[in-house]
Amino acid sequence: MSFFVNLPLFMIVACLICSVACSVVKSRVAHHLSMTLAWLLAAANICVLVMGIQNGKTVTYMMGHFPRPWGNEIQMGILEPLFSAAFSVIMCLTLIGGRKHIIEDIEKDKRNLYFVMVNLIQAALVVLCYSNDIFTGYVFIEICTLASCGILMIRNVGRTTLAAIRYMIFSLIGSGLFLLGVVFLYNITGHLLMPDMKSAIAVLAESGEYRVPLSTSICLITVGLAIKSGMFPFHYWMPDTYGYATPCSSGILSGLVSKGYIFFLLKVIFSVFGAEVFYASGVQNVLYVFGMCGIIMGSIGAIRENDIYRMLAHSSSAQIGYIYLGIGISPAMGVTAALFHILAHAVTKPALFLSASRLVDAAGGSKRFRDLHGAAHAAKLAGVTFTIGAFSMIGIPLTMVFMSKYMLALAALETQHKMVLPLIVLALSTLLNTFYFARTVIRLYNVPKKEFLPAPEFRDQSSFAVSAVASVVLNLTAGIFASPLIGLLERGLEIFGKVG
Amino acid sequence: MLETLWSNRIQCVAVVLFAVGFSTLLLHRNLFKKIIGLNIMDTATCLMLTSIGFINGRTAPIIVDGVTEAGNYVNPLPAGLVLTGIVVSVSVTAVMLALTVRLYARYHTLDLDEIYMKAKLDRDDAKKEAEE
Amino acid sequence: MKKKTTFKQWLRTWDAGAFDMTEALTEAVAGDPMPKEATEHAWKEKPVEGIEEGEIRIFTRFYPVAAAVLCTVLIGFLLLTVAKLPAFGAADAPAHNEVMQRYVEQGMEETGAVNVVAGVILDYRAFDTLGESHVLFTAATAVTILLMSLGGAVSPVETKLERNIMQKDPLLHSTVRIMVPLVIVYGIYVILNGHLGPGGGFSGGAVIGGGLILYAIAFGFDELDKILNFKVYRRIVLASLCFYSLAKCYSFFCGANHLESIFVPGTPGMIFSAGLILPLNIAVGIVVACTMYGFYSVFTRGRI
Repeated sequence: MSFFVNLPLFMIVACLICSVACSVVKSRVAHHLSMTLAWLLAAANICVLVMGIQNGKTVTYMMGHFPRPWGNEIQMGILEPLFSAAFSVIMCLTLIGGRKHIIEDIEKDKRNLYFVMVNLIQAALVVLCYSNDIFTGYVFIEICTLASCGILMIRNVGRTTLAAIRYMIFSLIGSGLFLLGVVFLYNITGHLLMPDMKSAIAVLAESGEYRVPLSTSICLITVGLAIKSGMFPFHYWMPDTYGYATPCSSGILSGLVSKGYIFFLLKVIFSVFGAEVFYASGVQNVLYVFGMCGIIMGSIGAIRENDIYRMLAHSSSAQIGYIYLGIGISPAMGVTAALFHILAHAVTKPALFLSASRLVDAAGGSKRFRDLHGAAHAAKLAGVTFTIGAFSMIGIPLTMVFMSKYMLALAALETQHKMVLPLIVLALSTLLNTFYFARTVIRLYNVPKKEFLPAPEFRDQSSFAVSAVASVVLNLTAGIFASPLIGLLERGLEIFGKVG
Repeated sequence: MLETLWSNRIQCVAVVLFAVGFSTLLLHRNLFKKIIGLNIMDTATCLMLTSIGFINGRTAPIIVDGVTEAGNYVNPLPAGLVLTGIVVSVSVTAVMLALTVRLYARYHTLDLDEIYMKAKLDRDDAKKEAEE
Repeated sequence: MKKKTTFKQWLRTWDAGAFDMTEALTEAVAGDPMPKEATEHAWKEKPVEGIEEGEIRIFTRFYPVAAAVLCTVLIGFLLLTVAKLPAFGAADAPAHNEVMQRYVEQGMEETGAVNVVAGVILDYRAFDTLGESHVLFTAATAVTILLMSLGGAVSPVETKLERNIMQKDPLLHSTVRIMVPLVIVYGIYVILNGHLGPGGGFSGGAVIGGGLILYAIAFGFDELDKILNFKVYRRIVLASLCFYSLAKCYSFFCGANHLESIFVPGTPGMIFSAGLILPLNIAVGIVVACTMYGFYSVFTRGRI
């Protein structure tokens, strides 16, 4: 059992070595290597998760010969391996399902470089989940940003380059603010390891010393990470980014990368600032307000689109809004709902992007709704997957998003001042979601206006089928049997950031 | 407060530079100037970090003649962090410049708004092609 | 509307001393990696239609105000913070605590490095630095993806330009022939001296990279390609980064499980001391040098 403690270290090193190795091997080998790596990561994370559940506390692991305030460390409780495992499972499903488009969209010479970037993202996600050191977090956030830019602009059309540069600009603004916040925090605490910072901050908050720098750094770090993950006023890069990248990249970016930043933000909130200090600072109200604006604006944006990928992208920015709304509502139930929504969206969105790409293929490559009429008759499996994904996004019972919306509503009811607005916003957004998703689904099952292309070859079809069926099963299982997962999240949240 | 501002003047310069770089990166429309803004911002953060590490009257943290008393040397940790900051800044700048070269090659302008307009047309063209 | 300049016209403008390198670079890049649909659009040929001048103009007017407001607000906010920070240079600031004390007082004994910063970044906080060298790798890969011409074909304009520069400047030639060996030897010294004094893999690698770039500017890429082509470049980077990751994995594993590492600090001040720091500095130096040269090469001719 104690050997499992070493697994996160091996995972990180394996990701880094695989990413470097992918730059010299053939693209087929690189693809298989990345998928195998993702499965191995998932298995290893589950082992660590089992250990975490049995231990019932967050343990730390020294990265080197030197203990806490001096050397680097990683920490593992319940939430860290759980999210890391979810991210790797979804990464693998996305890579399987997006296989056809990776081959079509990317030139042969550069295809292995795509997997270099994918593996670096996997490494960064593992580290963002497990990190116990805020500066290590910063370094791997940068790796994640550069690698996301890589998987985005590798598709060689003009719009992706433009999308990539906008993505980079917003990401860099975010990381600039984050780094400045970390520097201020280092200046007043003298530590970079999360538990030491937390105890130093608790002392500072108690005595009232350095009150202004502390609030400034809380603001800077929160806003920086929120910008990077695409919170409402800074979501303009999303439609371009997700609309023109290869579908696999869109899935990875919307489902995993932005969720990785949000998880790291939660980690910073709980293990650096401490929930009490953070929720006393008032920054959560910013997240609360902008989260709600994001939900409404994202839904309206999605209604106005006539392009299926861009509609999904706007819907992603609305979902990010739900997560920040949850974080803004309350530290216990609200954050549990937010965590559940991270999982729900991470499971649903990549499947939606992949099935949309199949429907678009069936419609002869046009992404506009007008040409997609009846496309689901030609690509049946993709149609079903898209429909179930759309139901999940609306929040029909039995799906994961239904549970997370329900939990958000419960969390809002528990509070005193944040009760009415979230409920109104939830109801309104459900209506808007229903409108645009139902419209899309009805269009997909409409009478076809034109002849559709024949179904693709069996090999492509099978790889997509595996991924689609797996994500639908995951979605429904976790939606129907949600209570063990919620219990796990709650237990995890209790020990999250409490190293002992 | 003014007294502290004066004694922290290096950090004041750093945050002013940070704000200048930040607004250039966010709002300037020329891509090269955006990249310059990015570099100003990163350098300002490095200046901030370096100034944190400094202690009056002490020397660089390289042990001389086996004297290992902490009172003789400045804080070595910010120097290490600055190193990381510089490396990240170099990498990010290279990627941004490469993106700029690609965009210029395609749209023949460095103005982000103009590029955006042209890209919109680009998209409309693609749509027309799809219709035909 | 802009005319397409031919290679000869370029050379003429270059002779006249008014050569715009940006143009040459972008043209060279535009030649190859763009797919057909991109070149068909050929924006320079068409007048830009449909841009609503008003839209841009509004933003142009709005921009200085917005920038000034944002900048002022941010400056005010941050100055307020700085005014409350610990005083500059004070020995009792929170940042100068037991962490720093142990780094300085026991750093030499525990890591074997006379240069405490090297000890901190490559031993105490080695995980950060492991990530850092992969940031460079990520950036190099991203730049390669963006600018790599397909099939590694060199654009003829670029090659001739290079040759032209090479033939024209005997002064550059003789200077570079003297300077480059010195620069590279100095870089190697900085890397090897990383744990003994100021220096280390990052700075030394940058110096060596600068030397390689200088050589490439003066003599063209042909000579360098014999020793450092894409294949070699990839293998060198692969070997250094894998060595780095594996060595650090071993060291972390030993540290966390309280095992004795086979890498001992040794006698501080000797060249073969400080355990893993010297080999890691060398690996980092190789990665940095290759990346710097790779950036230059990819930017100028679209491949390494």
